[in-house]
Amino acid sequence: MADARQTALSEALSEPVWPASPPLFRIAGVALAVALLAYPLVFTGTFSHHLMIMIFLHAIMAQSWNVIAGMSGQISLGHSLFFGLGAYASAVLYVKLGVTPWVGLVAGMSISALVAAAIGIPTLRLRGHYFAIATLLIGISAQIIFQRWEWVGAASGIWMPIERNNPWLAFQFHGTKLPYYYLSLLFCTLSFAVVWFLQRTRLGMRLLAVRDEPEAAASLGIDVAWHKVVAFMISGAMMSAAGTFFAQYVLVIDPDRVFNLELSVLALLMVVLGGTGTLWGPALGAAILIPLSEFTRTWFGGTGGTVDLIIYGILILLICIYQPRGLLSLVTERLRRRVDTL
Amino acid sequence: MTELLKVVGLSKRFGGVKANEDISFDARKGEILGIIGPNGAGKSTLFDLLTGYQEPDSGTVVLNGHTITGMRPDRISRMGVGRTFQKLKPFPDLTLIENVMVGALARTSNIREARDQALEAIAFVDLLAKRHSFARELSTGQRKRLELARALATGPRLLLLDEVTGGVDQKTIPGLIDLVQALRGRGITILTIEHNMQVVMEVSDRILALQFGKRIAFGLPDAVRSDPHVVDAYLGSADAA
Ligand SMILES: Nc1ncnc2c1ncn2[C@@H]1O[C@H](COP(=O)(O)OP(=O)(O)OP(=O)(O)O)[C@@H](O)[C@H]1O
Ligand SMILES: [Mg+2]
Repeated sequence: MADARQTALSEALSEPVWPASPPLFRIAGVALAVALLAYPLVFTGTFSHHLMIMIFLHAIMAQSWNVIAGMSGQISLGHSLFFGLGAYASAVLYVKLGVTPWVGLVAGMSISALVAAAIGIPTLRLRGHYFAIATLLIGISAQIIFQRWEWVGAASGIWMPIERNNPWLAFQFHGTKLPYYYLSLLFCTLSFAVVWFLQRTRLGMRLLAVRDEPEAAASLGIDVAWHKVVAFMISGAMMSAAGTFFAQYVLVIDPDRVFNLELSVLALLMVVLGGTGTLWGPALGAAILIPLSEFTRTWFGGTGGTVDLIIYGILILLICIYQPRGLLSLVTERLRRRVDTL
Repeated sequence: MTELLKVVGLSKRFGGVKANEDISFDARKGEILGIIGPNGAGKSTLFDLLTGYQEPDSGTVVLNGHTITGMRPDRISRMGVGRTFQKLKPFPDLTLIENVMVGALARTSNIREARDQALEAIAFVDLLAKRHSFARELSTGQRKRLELARALATGPRLLLLDEVTGGVDQKTIPGLIDLVQALRGRGITILTIEHNMQVVMEVSDRILALQFGKRIAFGLPDAVRSDPHVVDAYLGSADAA
């Protein structure tokens, strides 16, 4: 009997730590990569590029929100704060000091991580909804502060001077959206990589433990509050990168656009729709919601903003009722069942 | 001196309820200490005080010469104290292996090592067949084993088990008793809360009996079994039940 257990143990020990994904998945992954790389060469219209850039950008935002909510279980309602900080950090550095936005990108991410720590350390120790409320209020306050802050252009914001000679250094591309397309695809891939790696490291596994059952996590030596703070810092830095990209993409930023509460809500909606805590859910959410909002904006003109919010609301209600684990679970659950019956 | 844990005058009130009142005892290295008492006697509260989940109103807890009273749970865990929860707390959306890996990651930051240690702990509680199941898919008995393996994977010197045989079907009880005894074989000191009198008499070196938050007996199993306070407490609760 003991022998049988020993054999079972050696067999289990010889398994790879992370089961390889099924061949079907790997083929689908390669196909997707090829399709995304080829897409802008096949569909050459400006709008078709713009649409995909917006999806990638929002997928980064969703992936950022996924790190704090999906991996550590804390609901942030003020994520636009980091988006705005990223946008303003690079824009201000570029306009006032002539610093390349690439440095601005890193500066914004660092500032955001520090701000996340400053917000997280006092609030993430508390139980319950304090964190959600605090982030909501801070997110709204940041918008008001930037609306009044003359040095950064107050309500009219910042216009980036056009620079045509050194597009890669200036992080501005005119006449074509191709570089923006591939850069946003790269950023988006990197945000995936963050979550993918996190799920396979000590830090990430501990975050999942904190999310699932904080008291049990503490009994395993995990400093629960500190882990939540670290997750918030990573999440804030990711959101900030999206903000810098956005600033360089539109080249005009103002508090109404980049500190908009709607961005915080959108980040949440994409993740909840796609599947919280999963690798692909956030991107799936972005791929559904962003075209929806872009098309309603073209169809309904200026009022599109309200129409897409109504549609979001209905979608979320349906998700809560019929598929609370998100749309991705429709696929994964079916697959698991098929594997189980094999 | 072979004393691993020394508890002196521990007290805790919840509003008007004296959940623990002036409780003192000690546990020796490698000992299995059974803790008994009727429902609401304060057994789980005592565990919460020892592991930092509740702060005592007064009294001290000394582990291996270090005072740990009032320390945070994660720090106490890092000092070598593992525990299970009466109200089970597995990580539901992680697989069994991942649950136990989180425990092993207290000792190593290497994922492969953690996985291997986790598998050993899972083999120890004889649950290898379920290793890829999500914790939420496991039965109550299996989840108790999960908690045991997870706490074990942290490499504790002192292990606190809160009713590992409670609410489990009769068939699995002998297995759990063997488990507890095998743990002692690994040099781990164990405090185990038990409702099943047969089990507790069989596994314990000494027994601590509580009632209404107070210590009513502490000593060898036979002495505790025949202690008039204990007989009273159990007859009393049998009437009530
Ligand atoms: N967090 C709490 N807040 C208020 N009262 C509590 C709390 N925890 C325990 N109590 C009370 O303290 C007393 C002791 O409870 P405890 O859970 O320690 O008993 P127990 O011996 O573990 O009982 P059981 O055998 O039912 O598990 C009970 O009266 C309980 O209601
Ligand atoms: Mg109890």
